[in-house]
Amino acid sequence: MASLDDLKKRITSVKSTQKITKAMKMVAASKLRRAQESAERGRPYSDKMNNIIVNLSNSITDKDNSPKLLVGSGEDKVHLCVVMTSDRGLCGGFNTNIIKKAKTFFQKIIDEGKTLKIITVGSKGYDQLKRAYKDNIIERISFKESKNVNYFDANKVGKIIIDKFEKKEFDVCTIFYNQFKNVITQIPLDQQIIPLKALETKNSPSEDNYEFEPEEDEILSNLLPKNISTQIFKAMLENSASEQGSRMTAMDNATRNAGEMVDKLTIQYNRSRQAAITKELIEIISGAESL
Amino acid sequence: MSDQFKLEIVNPEKSFLLKDDVTEVIIPAYEGEMGILKDHISLISFLKPGLIKIFSKGAEDRFFVEDGIVEFKDNNLTILTSSISNINDMKKDRIDTILSEAEKNSQDKEISDQQKYLAEQKIEVLKSIN
Repeated sequence: MASLDDLKKRITSVKSTQKITKAMKMVAASKLRRAQESAERGRPYSDKMNNIIVNLSNSITDKDNSPKLLVGSGEDKVHLCVVMTSDRGLCGGFNTNIIKKAKTFFQKIIDEGKTLKIITVGSKGYDQLKRAYKDNIIERISFKESKNVNYFDANKVGKIIIDKFEKKEFDVCTIFYNQFKNVITQIPLDQQIIPLKALETKNSPSEDNYEFEPEEDEILSNLLPKNISTQIFKAMLENSASEQGSRMTAMDNATRNAGEMVDKLTIQYNRSRQAAITKELIEIISGAESL
Repeated sequence: MSDQFKLEIVNPEKSFLLKDDVTEVIIPAYEGEMGILKDHISLISFLKPGLIKIFSKGAEDRFFVEDGIVEFKDNNLTILTSSISNINDMKKDRIDTILSEAEKNSQDKEISDQQKYLAEQKIEVLKSIN
């Protein structure tokens, strides 16, 4: 059995850990609020962008000559997967969930005999994937130095993807991220961005005749690269909200567990202290009796 | 009252501006400036660098944009842009930085004609603000 001193030390150490997790929870909570707000504010842009593209692609008659970003390269051989994770750890199952989702997808692609290429965004994703898929990772991006999610960063990722598509380095592009549902639930999602999967519209495709200036396909070819960046930006916003939510829950659990542990250790400490006192008493009494 | 319509300007971070008493908007569309009044036909277009002028009752706002997409439908004008700023908030040194950047870009021989055209447009507009 551990000595009293050891127990005392353990209790203090658990208590200081608890202080840290509690502080991290508070920080995550306040960051969450901000991240959630910006995720919500960012939604109109991507929604509207989506709407315009749907309206545009509905009015395109010449499907064969429409931009490659919309219809794809016509093949399905090389898959590019963009795995978006966080740069920091200690956020529960946040990164693991994305990786798990991505790995199932990777396996499916490899089983079908297709080529797999990976871009990791965020250093945690790279750390978890480098062991099994080191040769598939063609690019790793990390935004450790930027404090908040911003459009500029998303645009950088978007440019890399479009650049690679134009060089015909891949046929299909899918992004992986966590969608923020609420603080407790985040849903890992895969979303295909090239070629654009049949978009869901809330309102039925309008029969409106739009006036286009310049021509439809010219607008589309200008709009689609922007849409890629927008989708990535949206994913980054959702991801950052999810990360903080997940961290908050994880740290809350950790704080509670630490509390339970302190209670248990305190009981053990008190018991053994009492046992020591009783033992000493018995020794004194039996010593006195023998005289 | 009858000649007013709704305007919304959205950028990726947030809804930038929302107005429902706009009488006329002039946008720098790709093929030239375009004025939009109420009951304009449904329209989709995109923007080149330039000034958006918004006229509402007794007020005029001017914004500088570098790019964007415009949709007009059912008397709702939506402008999506990733770079927008109110001219009154733009400091002179900031204008100068963008200007010199654009000038450097337009000197670059590697760029396509389209990019060059856009850069030159930007220079022209910025000079007119200054």
